[in-house]
Amino acid sequence: MSDYPKSEFPERKTDKDHISNMIDPLGKNPERVVEKIDTEEFIVNMGPQHPSTHGVCRLLLKMDGEVILDLVPYVGYLHRSMEKIAENRTYLQYMPLTDRIDYVSAMFCNHVFCLAVEKLAQIEVPERAEYIRVIVDELNRIASHLVWLGTFALDLGAITPFLYCFREREKILDLLEMVCGQRMTFNYMRFGGVSRDLPPEFIPQAREFVQYFKPRVDEYEYILTDNPIFLGRTKGVGILDQKTAIDYSVTGPNLRATGLKWDLRTEEPYSIYDRFEFDIPTGTNSDTWDRYMVRIQEMRQANRIVEQALESIPEGEIKTKTPAVFKPPAGEVYARIESTRGEMGFYIVSDGSTKPYRLKIRTASFSNLAVLPEMSRGWKIADIVAIFASLDVIMPDVDR
Amino acid sequence: MFELGNLIKAIYSWLEGLFASWGIPHFWLDILSMFIVFGMIVAFISIAALFLVWWERKVSAHMQVRFGPMRTGWHGWRQTIIDAIKLIMKEDIVPTKVDKPVFVIAPIVVFVSALMVYVCIPFGRGLIVKDLNIGILYILAITTFTVVGLLMAGFGSNNKYALLGGLRSAAQIVSYEVPLTLSVLGVVLLAQSLSMVTIVTSQAQVWDWFIFRQPIGFLVYLTAAVAEVNRTPFDIPEAEQELVAGYNVEYSGMKFAMFFFAEYTNLFTISAVSTTLFLGGWNGPWLPSWMWFLGKTFFVILVIMWFKWTYPRMRVDQLMGFAWKFLLPLAFLNLILTGLFA
Repeated sequence: MSDYPKSEFPERKTDKDHISNMIDPLGKNPERVVEKIDTEEFIVNMGPQHPSTHGVCRLLLKMDGEVILDLVPYVGYLHRSMEKIAENRTYLQYMPLTDRIDYVSAMFCNHVFCLAVEKLAQIEVPERAEYIRVIVDELNRIASHLVWLGTFALDLGAITPFLYCFREREKILDLLEMVCGQRMTFNYMRFGGVSRDLPPEFIPQAREFVQYFKPRVDEYEYILTDNPIFLGRTKGVGILDQKTAIDYSVTGPNLRATGLKWDLRTEEPYSIYDRFEFDIPTGTNSDTWDRYMVRIQEMRQANRIVEQALESIPEGEIKTKTPAVFKPPAGEVYARIESTRGEMGFYIVSDGSTKPYRLKIRTASFSNLAVLPEMSRGWKIADIVAIFASLDVIMPDVDR
Repeated sequence: MFELGNLIKAIYSWLEGLFASWGIPHFWLDILSMFIVFGMIVAFISIAALFLVWWERKVSAHMQVRFGPMRTGWHGWRQTIIDAIKLIMKEDIVPTKVDKPVFVIAPIVVFVSALMVYVCIPFGRGLIVKDLNIGILYILAITTFTVVGLLMAGFGSNNKYALLGGLRSAAQIVSYEVPLTLSVLGVVLLAQSLSMVTIVTSQAQVWDWFIFRQPIGFLVYLTAAVAEVNRTPFDIPEAEQELVAGYNVEYSGMKFAMFFFAEYTNLFTISAVSTTLFLGGWNGPWLPSWMWFLGKTFFVILVIMWFKWTYPRMRVDQLMGFAWKFLLPLAFLNLILTGLFA
């Protein structure tokens, strides 16, 4: 990428080098435009407002006709200083903000923050609360994968699966709303448990959903999996080999699609995941189709976990009492969780006061997005859309 | 009894008598009927396009477990009319950096070429503007003209997405024109005429319909025709997820409406042509001929819409490969078989 911005922060207004190297969109610098037209390659600015960048990601594409020569993802449009804000909030006050990190699977953000603080303050979580956490987590995983499947199909031009996915997601959101009163930003978990107990009608309705959802996955597969056009668009496209994936610390379904069986739920069981029986789906060719297939199967497995948890959920307390002025001991802790998109971790440094001294968030989307240029060189612009969608990147999760 | 062709003939002869009694030369009657026919065609196409937009929304909605427009009238029937009025009343924006003449003329080129086809579409017995003896050749020639407009729009917009869209549509339409024409040739061989009316009259009985004698030809025609009008799975020129909107990304208001209108008019055209060529045109028992024609046409349109709401989009190189490596040999095979056995 020789004629690309050399500066570390090319978004700066003062970065003259960056501006002069781009084709001048307003034509203030006509000589430069003429000079650029002489070459064959051209630069397309895909985003930040573009239908298929899933939020506000900007991809700078260097193209030769339809073929991508190079690609640079620019992030930061959604930066909200999440980590700095944490230093000015008490631990509990920060809980609603964690929902906004990855709003499509907010339960995981709640959960991992709770895990970190509980580890720091040595809080025991009652068994029923653990079960509730697993149920809502896995329901949220299905909902998140449904959003992914819908938008992925949409990016390939198939519009109908999107609506099918949202039909089922709606039912999950209804269930979660029943539990915590919110549809997306749940703010449900508390240190030592969850904020309130499951309503009595939740368990029968969730059981009904589990049975209802099983054939629905077959329906998605029926419309997509063996469709020759879908296969043509995904098989062998955007191959991410295992070594590159590990080098870029790609996690989650994207890593598992390369054939590596790495899932924190089994590798490093947190909560009560060791009590349930479920498989870790992996891919073989590490292409876009494998990433699709891994997620489809993960939906089935998540459904299985919910089914088992609903069968064996005990009665009892839902929260360990924590002091009103919550002061965890001084120290540092890192907790991680298998979120929908991969490893999500909170690193907290505590100085014994009511507020964290430093809080660092590790999100999967950031690493998953970073590997995009490695996967896209040489593919067409239509494939970039498919590859980008198959990585399941959520922009607020990247920027925090 | 309900044959519109006879009605029109009666009105024409009545006018002829009227003009003769007033002593006006026949020439003026020709001019007048020209304008009337043009008005009728434009009115029909407008209503058909508005209906198709509404219908597409309803069809897609019901395929996707939704309702579609419901608030404006019975099942939202007024929705597209209101949309059209909105588009017409919008400010006509011409961006500063566009190539203005090209930018302004492009939608007109697309629109006019979509309209000109209707000169020789046989809507029913006696319901054809002009039965040209080279009817189908004329239609093929005019439909290809659309590509000029799309290319102009893509080039004139001075936008990279639009340019890519325009180039894609040029490549696509030129490629798919070849199998399309070859698939039509099979029918022409069997009917031994290029005239649309003769093609229809040679399929008088159901077993004479060319879909039964030309099944491969029909499939090739339908596939290539869907590609010609840029619909999913071949809608790469305006692939929303890649090129935002392709060649019409810079257009708004009335100019955009013209592209949109031309798109649905072309959809009706290809369905009407496939009805004429393969499904026996206006032929059918009991009902008046124009009803049969419209019924068959709307059935073909429904099938094409069904494609759109089921399939993903192909990639640009796969699309070209499909045209040249699969459809073209198939169309040649069909032509050879037709030549040998017909």
